[in-house]
Amino acid sequence: MILAVGLPYAALLAFFVGIGYRVLSWSRAPVPFRIPTTCGQQKSLPWIKASWLENPYTTAGAVARVASEVLVFRSLLRNHRPERLGSRLVYSPSGWLWLGALAFHWSFLIVLLRHLRLFLQPTPRWVLALQSLDGFFQAGMPVVYATDAILLVALLYLLGRRLAQAQLRYLSLPSDYFALGLLLALAGSGILMRYFARVNIVEIKRYALGLATMSPALPSDAGALFYFHVATLSLLLAWFPFSKLMHMGGSFLSPTRNLANNSRMKRHVNPWNPAVELHTYEQFEDEFRDKMRTAGIPLEKQ
Amino acid sequence: MRDQPIILAGLAVFLVIASFPFWYNAATLRAAARPALQLPPGKQCVAPVKYMKAYHMRMLDSWRDQVVRTGVRRYTSPGGKTYDISLTGTCLSQCHQDRAKFCDRCHSYVGVRAAYCWDCHNSPGNAVRTAR
Repeated sequence: MILAVGLPYAALLAFFVGIGYRVLSWSRAPVPFRIPTTCGQQKSLPWIKASWLENPYTTAGAVARVASEVLVFRSLLRNHRPERLGSRLVYSPSGWLWLGALAFHWSFLIVLLRHLRLFLQPTPRWVLALQSLDGFFQAGMPVVYATDAILLVALLYLLGRRLAQAQLRYLSLPSDYFALGLLLALAGSGILMRYFARVNIVEIKRYALGLATMSPALPSDAGALFYFHVATLSLLLAWFPFSKLMHMGGSFLSPTRNLANNSRMKRHVNPWNPAVELHTYEQFEDEFRDKMRTAGIPLEKQ
Repeated sequence: MRDQPIILAGLAVFLVIASFPFWYNAATLRAAARPALQLPPGKQCVAPVKYMKAYHMRMLDSWRDQVVRTGVRRYTSPGGKTYDISLTGTCLSQCHQDRAKFCDRCHSYVGVRAAYCWDCHNSPGNAVRTAR
């Protein structure tokens, strides 16, 4: 009971509080100047074509750039791999990371949304529609979801990529493998429960619905595999805010992406600059007018 | 700094979306009760109930393959009884006459479309209805 009910609630609390804490602390970080990455022609003279997306000079452009980053991971398309071509070192674009990341993230989102059928009563129509779209190929019984297969393949690719390339192996940290391993355990146990060691889904829904309505009830006949699934999910949720997975929130708050490059059009004053005491030329002349006049220096005001 | 209100708004939107199940269920006010099924009185299912709850779709799938591909039309249950392999003739006629009070209860509870079983298999008394 403590494991099956306390753990998910504690993990969810850690997830929400952790994300709130991280984002709030980021929101307090000073961003005094415009520091966008400028990958295209900036806005200047009217007859020079400006690149509104690569070097956004309006808020709309910056929003579009962040959106393209969040939705289709545009900067991953610029991933280049150094290769030796004879005696030369060439950098050729490599789209595999982009494809793997895109496949993983979108499948994971759809899998997550599909799980809403267990947490919502009645199940909304759009969840059912998503589910039947996902099972479009109607292969096997129960129907194999396309996202289940894509998710697993993408995760294995992302893991294999870290293991196969020497440079990446050198760069990879234990936390990178931990994230992939956790996601693989989560997806693997879910796939096992759907296609191989099946569980009584009615009891699972009663349990999930109980969690969502704050009246927890244990499933009567769930096995170790189900509790493993819940435990890995809880671990993922609890660990999320304190890991690199926070790029979910961070990608919106990256100042090199979300600022418009309008430094030449708008003056940005650092808000905590100390007040600078100015001594203008007029004041200087007022102060030394007599001396300047005797020395024969030309004056603005006589 | 100046962007703090925007960031807080974004965070609030995320928290509202992420906690969707909590307030959705609170709004619809449905209790998390098991669906009530109309069980045939005093009858033994073709396999243990615990197995059927998790694997009935597998069994029906293999039944279809047996009949259509290998021509095997008799099934021997773990208890030793034999049955005709037929969803309409055995399951729906002899025990679960009213699909709406048995199959559909759980299927709509967990949001499972019954693939394409119902496109053909309607027990005699049942009006044809759309699969859900």
